[in-house]
Amino acid sequence: MNFLEMLALIPLFPAAGALINGLLGRRCSRACISTVACGTVGVSFLLSLGAFYQLLGRPEGQRLVEQELFTWIPAGAGELSSGAISQFLVQWGYQLDPLSAVMILVVTGVGFLIHIYSIGYMAHEGGYARFFTYMNLFMFSMLTLVLANNFVVMFVGWEGVGLCSYLLIGFYYERKSAADAGKKAFIVNRIGDFGFMLGMFLIFTAFGTLDFTGVFGLVETQAQAGVLASGDATITAICILLFVGAMGKSAQVPLYVWLPDAMEGPTPVSALIHAATMVTAGVYMVARCSALFVLSPDAMLLVAVVGAFTAIFAASIGLVQNDIKRVLAYSTVSQLGYMFLACGVGAFGAGVFHLMTHAFFKALLFLGAGSVIHALSGEQDMRRMGGLRTRIPATFWTMMVGTVAIAGFPPLAGFFSKDEILWRAFSSSQGHVLLWAVGVLAAGMTSFYMFRMIFLTFLGKSRMSREVDSHVHESPKVMTVPLGLLAVGAVVSGWVGIPHLIGQYLHHLPQYFEHFLSPALAHPAAVEGGHASEGLEWGLMALSVAIALLGLWLARRFYLTHPALPEHLVSRFKHTYTTLLNKYWVDEVYDLLIVNRTKDLANRLAGFDNRVVDGAVNGSAWLTRLTASVSGFFDYWIVDLAVRRSDLIYYLSFPLRRIQTGVIQTYAALTIGGILVIVGYFILT
Amino acid sequence: MFQNHLLSIVAYTPLMGALLLLLVNKEKTQVIRWFANIVAAIGFLVSIPLITGFDTEAEGLQFVERASWIPSIGVEYHFGIDGISLLLIVLTTGLGFLSILSSWNAIQERVKEYYIFMLMLQTGMLGVFMAMDLFLFYVFWEVMLVPMYFLIGVWGGPRRLYAAIKFFLYTLLGSVLLLLGILALYFYNHEVTGVYTFSIPALLELDYPWEYQFWVFLAFFIGFAIKVPMFPFHTWLPDAHVEAPTAGSVILAGVLLKMGTYGFIRFSLPMFPDAVQDTTSLNFAYLTFGWLDQQFGLLHLMIFLSIVGIIYGALVAMMQRDAKKLVAYSSVSHLGFCMLGLFALNPNGINGSILQQINHGISTGALFLIVGIVYERRHTREISEYGGLSRVMPGYAIIFLIITMASIGLPLLNGFIGEFTILAGAFQRHWSWGAWGCAGIVLGAAYMLWLYQRMMFGPVTNPKNKDLKDLSIREYATLLPLVIMCFWIGIYPKPFFKYIEKPVEKIVQKVQPGFFDRSEALLAKLPVQETRKK
Repeated sequence: MNFLEMLALIPLFPAAGALINGLLGRRCSRACISTVACGTVGVSFLLSLGAFYQLLGRPEGQRLVEQELFTWIPAGAGELSSGAISQFLVQWGYQLDPLSAVMILVVTGVGFLIHIYSIGYMAHEGGYARFFTYMNLFMFSMLTLVLANNFVVMFVGWEGVGLCSYLLIGFYYERKSAADAGKKAFIVNRIGDFGFMLGMFLIFTAFGTLDFTGVFGLVETQAQAGVLASGDATITAICILLFVGAMGKSAQVPLYVWLPDAMEGPTPVSALIHAATMVTAGVYMVARCSALFVLSPDAMLLVAVVGAFTAIFAASIGLVQNDIKRVLAYSTVSQLGYMFLACGVGAFGAGVFHLMTHAFFKALLFLGAGSVIHALSGEQDMRRMGGLRTRIPATFWTMMVGTVAIAGFPPLAGFFSKDEILWRAFSSSQGHVLLWAVGVLAAGMTSFYMFRMIFLTFLGKSRMSREVDSHVHESPKVMTVPLGLLAVGAVVSGWVGIPHLIGQYLHHLPQYFEHFLSPALAHPAAVEGGHASEGLEWGLMALSVAIALLGLWLARRFYLTHPALPEHLVSRFKHTYTTLLNKYWVDEVYDLLIVNRTKDLANRLAGFDNRVVDGAVNGSAWLTRLTASVSGFFDYWIVDLAVRRSDLIYYLSFPLRRIQTGVIQTYAALTIGGILVIVGYFILT
Repeated sequence: MFQNHLLSIVAYTPLMGALLLLLVNKEKTQVIRWFANIVAAIGFLVSIPLITGFDTEAEGLQFVERASWIPSIGVEYHFGIDGISLLLIVLTTGLGFLSILSSWNAIQERVKEYYIFMLMLQTGMLGVFMAMDLFLFYVFWEVMLVPMYFLIGVWGGPRRLYAAIKFFLYTLLGSVLLLLGILALYFYNHEVTGVYTFSIPALLELDYPWEYQFWVFLAFFIGFAIKVPMFPFHTWLPDAHVEAPTAGSVILAGVLLKMGTYGFIRFSLPMFPDAVQDTTSLNFAYLTFGWLDQQFGLLHLMIFLSIVGIIYGALVAMMQRDAKKLVAYSSVSHLGFCMLGLFALNPNGINGSILQQINHGISTGALFLIVGIVYERRHTREISEYGGLSRVMPGYAIIFLIITMASIGLPLLNGFIGEFTILAGAFQRHWSWGAWGCAGIVLGAAYMLWLYQRMMFGPVTNPKNKDLKDLSIREYATLLPLVIMCFWIGIYPKPFFKYIEKPVEKIVQKVQPGFFDRSEALLAKLPVQETRKK
């Protein structure tokens, strides 16, 4: 079978699953629904594996396959900024190259495990068919996003995952907080899309096409011909606009606010969408556009700074959160910051590497958290947990693996990917020692808050209520087996990217991962220039492990050996603590400055519309009526008066009427009288 | 014979039905309902041969019917369509049928008169899109006001009289200016050619001097802008929509508004190319609107009003408490997009605009039906009266969700195709036009999602909503065709683009002479292995 020709089937299977469950789900049994949902994703996973394998089998220069299915938007000729015209023609097409191959494997692999896990997690929940319909729809959108061969089809996936995210965050729609969180996610993402769309339009007016191969091919030839220089203003604008889109989807400061709230959704959703796959779409997009980004040092700097700042900012909030899912949510924001930091210093491969390892351990941690919540009948507050290690051992051990991995201890996955990023932030020509320092500090915080979570949840004394305590139970196999598999991934997934430094002692193990990716990514011209000595590299590596150890030690001291210490610190640094606990009041500030101002403006405009715009219409009606009544008055009292006063004739004729009696005798008498008068007149004259 | 008079048959089928309906005893409401629905269905069916028989490659008008009518003043009976009118005609017959179908239970009083007016309205609107003689056009343009006036005034809500009179007078004001403009063209044509004619193709041939273009454009502008409606001529719309019966709102939003945009496409753009490209004649306004551009002309005025319409309509919609009013203001915003696309004056913008007009007809028509469905059950349009309907009406919730997403421009649904191409076209003219339009999209998501949340999410707090019935089969039958169209245009819009390709190219050649003579941009591609194209 030629899997490379069946690319279109990879997203199509989950789409079919969504359609089946969406239309017939309400009449089917739960077993049937979950079979369809998991089965279709499973088939996608197998197809992805096959495609990946066959792509790998090709010579290095030939790992780019395109498949165009049909003409989607033929909108006619468009004008370019150069004055030329070009057809605005969007094909519905997919492409597979090393970058998208890695992405589909992560998406379908992790996605499949989470689907399986959901069977157990959602077993006692309502809306089973609805849940799996949305999940499958999500898989379709996400696969479309990463397989697209042009910006517009990518945008379809981009918006599609946003929709599914909206629907799944608001899954428990009867809860106001859930519905609010869904809406917030959608609208904040739309703000990001604003940038994405403008970026696309700018790409079209600059290059006359929106196909990846077309745009990047032109960039390459124009850069070689010297038409496009590094720092080109248009390219910088494109990159910044696209990055605004990425900030929305990948929850970077200042558009990160929706992600913590997104935890209102069921936990498998948090694992799949808000940790492992969707939120990494921004990183994927930046990596995909690396050919553009390398031409814009300014945009790269912005990406790196935003990434580094987000990494430490979110980590600091994560230090004090009490909700187990919120800790993980801020951790996700922070880790995404690392990925952008990597992209910003030109190490796109390292960014994607961290994306992959993060997908494993963060999905694992979320699913583990879900298992804890499941065991505790819905409890999410870590202050009411503790001592669960022996009660739910499978969950504990797998989560422990995830924690060690994210904290960056060798030889687990997180160590390799995070260390790669830190090293590149330090050594790359676009890096800076400050970026590195921020990264290391955030790594220490990561270690601290992760072990804090483990200690509060699993170790120490139980702080559960008796009611909850009596119901604690390990999750069923359908949930723990995916945990186990993800734990394996969290250990080994880093081994495909062992740095040269260590690899040279392991039978010259090459850096498989970045080597595989490199044809799909651009490389900044001078990125390899900043080679430092091997000793320094070892030193920095040791330092980052030491920082992680420090975090672990502090967490142990705070939450196991000296439990009074946190209280003490809280009372001592009250302001810092409340600021962190309230997440720097960013939500409140946004509400105050943006949301409420918009509502005020809208209210004022509605009033304006009613009073002024419509008032003008009603006013002119009033004016017309006024003129009408004035002229009516004139008509009635002046013009018509003459006519009406014709009754005067009636009154004037009154004496005459007295004569018209109708009595013959009177007439006769009058006639005779008249004759007498006339005769008398003649006689007298 | 049928082939030669297909347009007349399509136009007058509803009218014939209305005349026959006059003969039915008004007590027999069931008969009247069946009869009207069947006539409307036939009206739709007879329009299908137009689609199948239409040649998308041919230049010029098709299905032409031409006969002398009032020879003394050069008036002809002249029907003919191009791809643009074709899409609008099929939209009219389709939406007309669905709106008549939706009135089955909603109308209980004066049933016979109601259906007669609905059918007459159909003929009026169809005639507008078919007429190729300005006199005939004007006749239909005015004729269609009358049934609409009665539909609002008789079967409307509590303030129906106010709304009906406002609608009628406001539109009439525009019509008078339109008539003035038509007469100006008529006499100018006589001055130049010595012939008295109202023939649209003949009037399109002429080059009008600048003064004519400027003033007649303004006259037409007010006539059409009221109909569209563009800011600030829009305030008749919310009132008319709120008071009109559901089917009236559907037709009003779905088709009537398109008569305004159609006027711009058919007359303003190709007849007055200098006026629509004008960027300097209103330079005195630069003092007030200087932040827009260094210069200010009629083009800037149009763009400015379109963008204000987009943003303003969306913001005002956000604050409405009445669901129908919210949808009405959303129309102002959506039609702002259509106008922005038209005045981008390039193929992307105009193509997108026309498609967006169709899309708006479908999705806003569906939104009015959706609001109408709960109105029929609860007799209130206050959004706060609802909440939690997802629980009680799951089928309704899904369709409402799809239409909401179509309305806010989610890809793979129709709204996206229109908005995206409009914004691409606008952006090509000036980046800021595209940027303002994109801002409107953000706001669009805000007000629609908020509406959806307030009506559908949360617990059922109002006991009156506890036992609402989900959609009936008839209601599904009215909504599903629209949902299917939303997906069709969203997933495979190519046939729709095909119909309008030629006429749009013709317009662009008029408003931007030499547009297609420009050089094609050079493209280069990365080396791709095994590209497979179909």
